[in-house]
Amino acid sequence: MTAPIRATGTPDRTGVPAPARPHRGAALVALAGAVALAVVLSLAVGAQALNPVAVWHAVLDPDPAAPATAIVRELRLPRTILGLLTGLALGAAGALMQGHTRNPIADPGLLGISAGASLAVVVGIQLGVGSLTGYIWFAFAGALLTSVAVFAIASARGGPTPVTLALAGLAISALFASFTQSLLIADAASLNMFRFWVVGSLSGRDGQVAAQVAPFIAAGLLLALVNAPALNALGLGEDVARALGQRVLAARVLGVTAVVLLAGAATAACGPIGFLGLVVPHLARRLTGPDHRWLIPCSALAGAALLLVADVLGRVVVSPGELQTGIVLAVFGAPFFIMLVRRRRGVVQL
Amino acid sequence: MTALTTHRVVRFGRFCGTVSGRSLAVGTVGLLGTAAVTVLSISRGSFTIAPADVLRTLLGHGTAAQDLVVLDLRLPRILAALLVGAALAVSGALTQTFARNPLATPDVLGVTNGASLGAVAVIVLAGPAVRTVPLAALAGGLSAAALVYLLAWRRGVDGFRLVLVGIGVGEVLTAGVSWLLVRAEIVDAARATIWLNGSVASAGWEQIRPLALALAALLPLAVATSFTLRAMQFDDDVVRSLGVRLQAARLAVVLTAVALAAAAVAAAGPIEFVAFVVPQIALRLCGGSRPPLVVSAILGALLVTAADLAARVALPQRELPVGLITAMIGTPYLLWLLVRANRRTSA
Repeated sequence: MTAPIRATGTPDRTGVPAPARPHRGAALVALAGAVALAVVLSLAVGAQALNPVAVWHAVLDPDPAAPATAIVRELRLPRTILGLLTGLALGAAGALMQGHTRNPIADPGLLGISAGASLAVVVGIQLGVGSLTGYIWFAFAGALLTSVAVFAIASARGGPTPVTLALAGLAISALFASFTQSLLIADAASLNMFRFWVVGSLSGRDGQVAAQVAPFIAAGLLLALVNAPALNALGLGEDVARALGQRVLAARVLGVTAVVLLAGAATAACGPIGFLGLVVPHLARRLTGPDHRWLIPCSALAGAALLLVADVLGRVVVSPGELQTGIVLAVFGAPFFIMLVRRRRGVVQL
Repeated sequence: MTALTTHRVVRFGRFCGTVSGRSLAVGTVGLLGTAAVTVLSISRGSFTIAPADVLRTLLGHGTAAQDLVVLDLRLPRILAALLVGAALAVSGALTQTFARNPLATPDVLGVTNGASLGAVAVIVLAGPAVRTVPLAALAGGLSAAALVYLLAWRRGVDGFRLVLVGIGVGEVLTAGVSWLLVRAEIVDAARATIWLNGSVASAGWEQIRPLALALAALLPLAVATSFTLRAMQFDDDVVRSLGVRLQAARLAVVLTAVALAAAAVAAAGPIEFVAFVVPQIALRLCGGSRPPLVVSAILGALLVTAADLAARVALPQRELPVGLITAMIGTPYLLWLLVRANRRTSA
């Protein structure tokens, strides 16, 4: 498995330190602008289209009598905040995951997060937990326990390597997916609730959900940024990283903790949203290059913008119905991802 | 183990390769185990038949009652398990070698997801039309694989691009399945979920015959391509300089893997774990640098028949999906291998 790192050009070969890349800062600003635009869209567009002025008033200067106030403050604002949080989380988690496994097709699901959360949700439903705010804790606990188990197995006696991490993740995922499915076969009522969770959506989540996951995502983002310099060193290989004075195991544990917090919280809140963590780092890497100190924040912002836009599209394309965010992301994101893959120059191996 | 790692040269026309003593030993033990599990599995059930009587019946000397239970009721199911296991394992071994990646399975070629979308679409949209489900699965699997291959084609296909494109296409197909399940009546969603679990419980001769034909045609092809696969582990330039026609060889390998997986999934639904874990187990048991094909086939058949037996014996009242059991057997074993391999490299 070769790192998904593109050659940075002449500076490396000549030994001259790489010059500051001015367009990275511009990329960060542009992405932040895109997120702001997506937030406005998410607040304004829907079954009832609102103009930005009405949205502005509803958010900052609420008039209880105006119909826009109720729509924005009770329906769209919680949904937008949730989309913002999970988008940031999934984007950053994807970049971290691909960096740590040195595998360009790694996404947060690889640690068993989706499988563990799914199993826990089904168990929660069977125990009689009927509301999303209730089984969010099951999902989070499931994601947490599974990824800790996967990481522990992969690092048994000798520290995790990219391959053992991915193999352990896949093995546990397959096992848990089978448990989930066999519980669902036996119980149509559980299936009925579960199928709406597993499709991955922002709709029907009230403000409480966002409030529940926000602290975990904030902590995860902080850890991700702290982990970024070490990740740059690890990209050179574990031996080189060690020679450079990195504490490899500590860096791995920190990274996995961040991924678990970010992806676990996002999955718990919205259900598995598969595509985002996979595609966003590839997009961001084109803007920033391989430096994780830039890549992680840019991935987070791109994730948030993309998730919100996908959610808005889902409200518009099949109006008056609604297409779940996870489905929109797959349908619109996959062709884009395939185009990226086809454009890639040179032979890159796994 | 060093005493067993003698290699014998095998020649087959213009193809030439080596077989290690260790692979032979593993293969033989695997075959014996498969035979034992098959006989045991036929003998167990609500109407128990002694293993000796099972053998007698299989050889054509049973009573009418034994003929009914063994040949008409239990044999199709066991045969389906044997064939599905072998087909999935070989498909997985081919894919993993082709992509030079232990994580690649036929799933990343789009086969499983395409078959699932085809089958679920028929179940949800067309109502109870049992006969067309395997056909829809086959059509879905093959067309998804064709789409992946075409999208990955750019002056040739390399393994990495194929895997990435396959994952992209797979995400869309999975989203399609989720969407159909959300839209479906709960009864149809439940039926679709049963299919999505993979099962050989209802297999009859109409599922087994095409699968057996596919295996009979494709297994020799897979073994023939394995001589080329040996070269494919190297860099593309090295492979070409060894005189291999790279794109033709790749197309043959991918076609074989796809056809095997599609035939298996059409017959039994997705039993995903087998293609992923069996080649890795076979590789670690036999040594070497890539999953062995024949041993993978044997171990795949063994795993699925044993899992099917366990599913029937463990909870006779409630049919467990065979995929659950394959996962329960395969996961701990794979994890143990991982831990052991780690220990060896770190020591």
